[in-house]
Formats: sequence, C-alpha cells, structure tokens
Amino acid sequence: MKSLAKHREVWLVVAIAALIALVATRFPGFARLGNLATVFNDTSILMILALGQMAVILTRSIDLSMAANLAFTGMAVAMLNSAVPDLPLPLLIVSALAIGLVLGSINGLLVWKLDIPSIVVTLGTLTIYRGATFVLSGGAWVNADQMSPAFINFQRASLLGLPVLSWIAILVIAAFWLVMTRTPLGRSIYAIGVNPTASVYAGIDVGRTKFVAFCISGMVAGLSGYLWVSRYVIASVEVANGYELSIIAACVIGGISIAGGIGSVAGAVLGALFLGIIQSALPVINVSPFWQMAISGSAIILAVLLNARGEREQGRIILKKAEAA
Amino acid sequence: MSDAVHSPRTIPDRLDNPLRSAVLSWEALLVIVAVAIFVINSFASPYFLNAWSLSDLTFNFTEKALIALAMALLIITGEIDLSVAAIIALASTLMGMAVQAGIDTPGLVAIGILVGLGCGAFNGAMVTGLGLPSIVVTIGTMSLFRGISYIILGDQAYKGYPADFAFFGQGYVWWVVSFELVLFLVAALIYGFLLHRTSFGRRIFAIGNNPVATQFSGVRVGRIKFILFCLTGLMAGIASVLITSRLGSTRPSIAQGYELEVITMVVLGGVSILGGAGSIPGVVLAAFIMGLVTFGLGLLNVPGIVMSIFIGLLLIVVIALPIVWNRFRMQR
Repeated sequence: MKSLAKHREVWLVVAIAALIALVATRFPGFARLGNLATVFNDTSILMILALGQMAVILTRSIDLSMAANLAFTGMAVAMLNSAVPDLPLPLLIVSALAIGLVLGSINGLLVWKLDIPSIVVTLGTLTIYRGATFVLSGGAWVNADQMSPAFINFQRASLLGLPVLSWIAILVIAAFWLVMTRTPLGRSIYAIGVNPTASVYAGIDVGRTKFVAFCISGMVAGLSGYLWVSRYVIASVEVANGYELSIIAACVIGGISIAGGIGSVAGAVLGALFLGIIQSALPVINVSPFWQMAISGSAIILAVLLNARGEREQGRIILKKAEAA
Repeated sequence: MSDAVHSPRTIPDRLDNPLRSAVLSWEALLVIVAVAIFVINSFASPYFLNAWSLSDLTFNFTEKALIALAMALLIITGEIDLSVAAIIALASTLMGMAVQAGIDTPGLVAIGILVGLGCGAFNGAMVTGLGLPSIVVTIGTMSLFRGISYIILGDQAYKGYPADFAFFGQGYVWWVVSFELVLFLVAALIYGFLLHRTSFGRRIFAIGNNPVATQFSGVRVGRIKFILFCLTGLMAGIASVLITSRLGSTRPSIAQGYELEVITMVVLGGVSILGGAGSIPGVVLAAFIMGLVTFGLGLLNVPGIVMSIFIGLLLIVVIALPIVWNRFRMQR
C-alpha cells in the first residue's frame, strides 16, 4: 500500500515535469530555475490552503468555507493595519491565525457537537463569512496606500535567495509533514478517515479529531488571508471568490481521496503546483487565459479517474486476502 | 461525508399517529417559518403585500427551484451534482452561438434543453459507468463546462435573442402569474408524483438508505442514478432557457454560484445530505422561503451579500434546531 501511495506522487512529479518540458519547448526560459522559483512562490498560498483542506478531507469531511474565511481574515487584518499602522507585524500575523482559528472552530463545533454533515455546515458558513466580510468593511476596499509598508513588503523580502512567502510555504509544508506523519494527531486523522467505527474502538474521539482538523484548516485559511491581502495589496469582499473549489481541485489532483483516509502532504503540494504551473504557463505559450478553467476541469476529471483505479486495486487486494483466510 | 457511526438508522415497527407526525413534520416547521417570514415582510415594508410584488418575488427562485426538484432526487440517492450552474452557462453559451447562426426560438429551446441533458448524461456516465465519486466528478465538470463557455466567449457576450424568445423568462400566462411560476408548479407536481407515488420513487429512497441491499433486491442502481443525473442536467437546461430569456444576454459568468443556492434549497427542504430521506413538498416550501427572505430583505434595501448571511444562518439553524430539540427531549 505504501509503495502504491508513493507511486501516485511519483506519477504526479512525472506529469509536472512533462508539463514543464512541454512549455519549455515553446519557451525555453520557463524551465529556468529562477522562473520555477517564481512559479513556486506564486503557488505558495494555494499550497498552504490545500494542506489545510487535506487535513479536513482525510477525516471524511470537507471545508467549503476556506476562501470565505480567507476573505474575512484578510479584510480584518488589513483594516486593523490601516487603523493602527504602528501595530507590529508579528501581532497582525498572530491575529490572522487567531481569527482564522475561531472561524474554523465554529465549523468544527457544529460538525462535532451537532453532528451536522460538514458539507452543509461549511456551505452555510461560506455564505455567512463572506457576508460578514461585507458587514465588517461596509463594502469598502482597503487599498495599498492604507496599508503600512511592513505589512506589504514582509512577504516580498528576500531570504537566502527566496522570497519570505516561499519560506512560509516551506515552513507550513514541513509542519504538516511533521504533524501528519509523526504525531498521534496525524495518525488519528488518517485512522478516522479509513475506518471511523474501528477508530472509536481504538479509543480515538472521532468528533474531536474532526474539530481539530477544522481548526487547522481555519488557521491555515486565516494565515492565507493575510498573505493574500498583502500579496495582491487589496482587501475587498470579492477576494478569493470561488477559490474553495480550486483548493479542493488541488487536493483531488494530488490524489487525496474525497472518501477520506487516503492522501499525503506531498500529494497536496504537488496537486497545487500542477494547477499553479498551468496557470503561469498559459500566457507564456500564448494560450488565452480563458482556457485555464476548462483545462483544470479536465485535469480534475483525469486525476479522479486515475485515483479511483488505484483505490479500487487496493480494495481487490484486501478482498483476496479475506477469501484466502 | 459525515460518519453514521453515532446514529444508526432505525425503522419503527409501527408508524406514529398520522396527525401527530404531520404536525411534527419538517414540512410543518417550514410552513411556520414561511408564514412567519411572510408576516414579518408585510409589516416591514408597505410595498410587500401587492400582487405584482408577490409575482416579482417568484422570479427570485423559480429557476433555481426547478433544478432543486431534480437535485433533491439525486441527493436522496446519495449523489450530488455541483455542476448545474456550469451547465446553465454552457447551455446558454451554445444558445447564444445558435442565435448568431440564425436559428429561431423553437430551435434555441431545443438546444438549451439538449445541452443540459447531454451534460447531465456525461456526469451520470462518469459516476455510474466508471464508479467515480459524484462530488469530485461534478467539481471537475463544473470547471470544464463553464471553462468551455469561457473559451467560446472570453470577455464577450451574446445578445440579440429573438423577441418571442423573451416569453419564457418574462412572459405571463394569466394576470400576474408568470410562465416561470406555472412551469415550476407543474414540474413540482410531476416530481412529487414521481418520488412519492411511483415504484421509481420507492427505489430512489431504497438506494439512498442502502445501495447494496437495493442492488441485491434486483434494482438497477446504476441506471436509476444515471437517469437522475440526466434529469438534473435537463432541469439545468430548462433553467438556462429561462435565465437566458429573462436576461436577454449570455456571459460566461451567468448563474455563478447557483449550485450552492440550489443545494441550500434542497437541504433546507429537509432532504438528508446523506441520502435516503426527503420530500418534494419540503423542497417547494424551502424554495418559497428563500424567495421570501431575499425579496423581503431586498425591499428593505438590504444588499444581496448581507442576505446571504440570513440564508446561511437559516440553513444551519433549521438543520440544527431539530437535532438540539431531539437531544433535549432525550435527556428528559
């Protein structure tokens, strides 16, 4: 099973390499290391969000409210920054994490304590958080001239040749890898996705673990809220509208099973990178950006076709063992 | 999505007193909510209680509610279709192309409906033929269908629909009764009959409760699901004709976000997102409630985005209330 899982990520790497090679035949500069670093930086926020979504999907849930959470948190920190420009940046980042955590924990509590299906809860909070962003801002934008230079420039600062934004993404990836593979929490998240009933008997609190997963995705969305707003230097109600589906698409392309329990940190990162490369490659090879949506749609369908084949083979192997025994 | 670990389904050995179960039913709760919102609306705005206002109100939801009827059946079997809004966009775009080619109204309607049916069949084939999870397939086709509209249209728009095409989205059958409303009510009757009075409907509930047992009972689960995906696509095609006719133009961003409103309607109508339970009267009531809320708030000059807070809260509160209430009763 482990080698099979590795297999999927290997294929994704091959697909990404082929994609880069294909673009490079038309425009050689695309495969230059410097450009690839730029693509990585451009995809950082999507990668961070996809990792948070992965934690939730692994527990057989889904978080449709991430983009709305991002918009609300982004607006909140931008308004905080423009109201109190002297507030130190670390405090702003902590408050972004905290606001995101609160919004995520609301989802988690409704799923945990009331047993409402996550798709219903987050469908509701998606519209509530987006609406709350409007109420908070009164529909007004926060523009570049209202943000402090530190707020805007922090993620653009270069550290060892890479922008801080890329380093934040790398840090988040490392943290997720650590939590998912090296901690009891990570094991529990996988366990309740694979078999919730067995997990209960193994002493895992299924509801509580889901709650924690939603807190993680909320926190990550909050962090992305700050990163998004300071990257595009605008906070508005429309920020990241409909982005929740891109996040889920990245997870699906990365081989994370929507049925829970199957998926890896590498998969989520590679899935996001795949979408990011398509996005940055299209203008380079002179394809109208209007093609992007249809291409990522086809990629999702293709990915789920390949995923399903892998998952079905696993099922067959288990059956055969049961028959033999 | 959610685990059914804590709440095994139970089948009672005898039914409740019919009157008692009617009073305590989900539909009764929805009627109370609808009446309450209606009364609040009529006090809140002097313009509300007026035949033309009430007629305008129905335009808020009829198109989405048409799709919700078919979506309810699909969700009862445990599947979902997130691509309905994208189907509207693609069907509308192809109708726009047909207009440029000089095709007249009957042809346009046929194209809209057939494109919807075709998209639904594509979803159904992916889900039932290849055994893929519907939520992922339809997230994919949602991008694909709307993506094709973007490829065709880019930042342009199609206009110039024939004058008699406007009837479907703007016409009235009698006095203030619009064509859209009549179409919706007729469709609701058909779907209600199909779900609650035919063996096909019984099979839909059976699939939602236990697809494996249903399969072994000799029901062709895959075929029924395929038919329901086709029906959902068909309704999206019909909705596309209505919206295109009402707006008189097509942009690739048409009907953006409708899928979530349609699903909200279905869930608010008492259909279990886990499958196996739900009713058409519930969905119809939920459609009216959503129409009342958005129209009432609109009369009070509340912006659309703030309305969405109320819709979201309504969804969560209406779902949470019976759960909290049941828990409260069990503790006593």
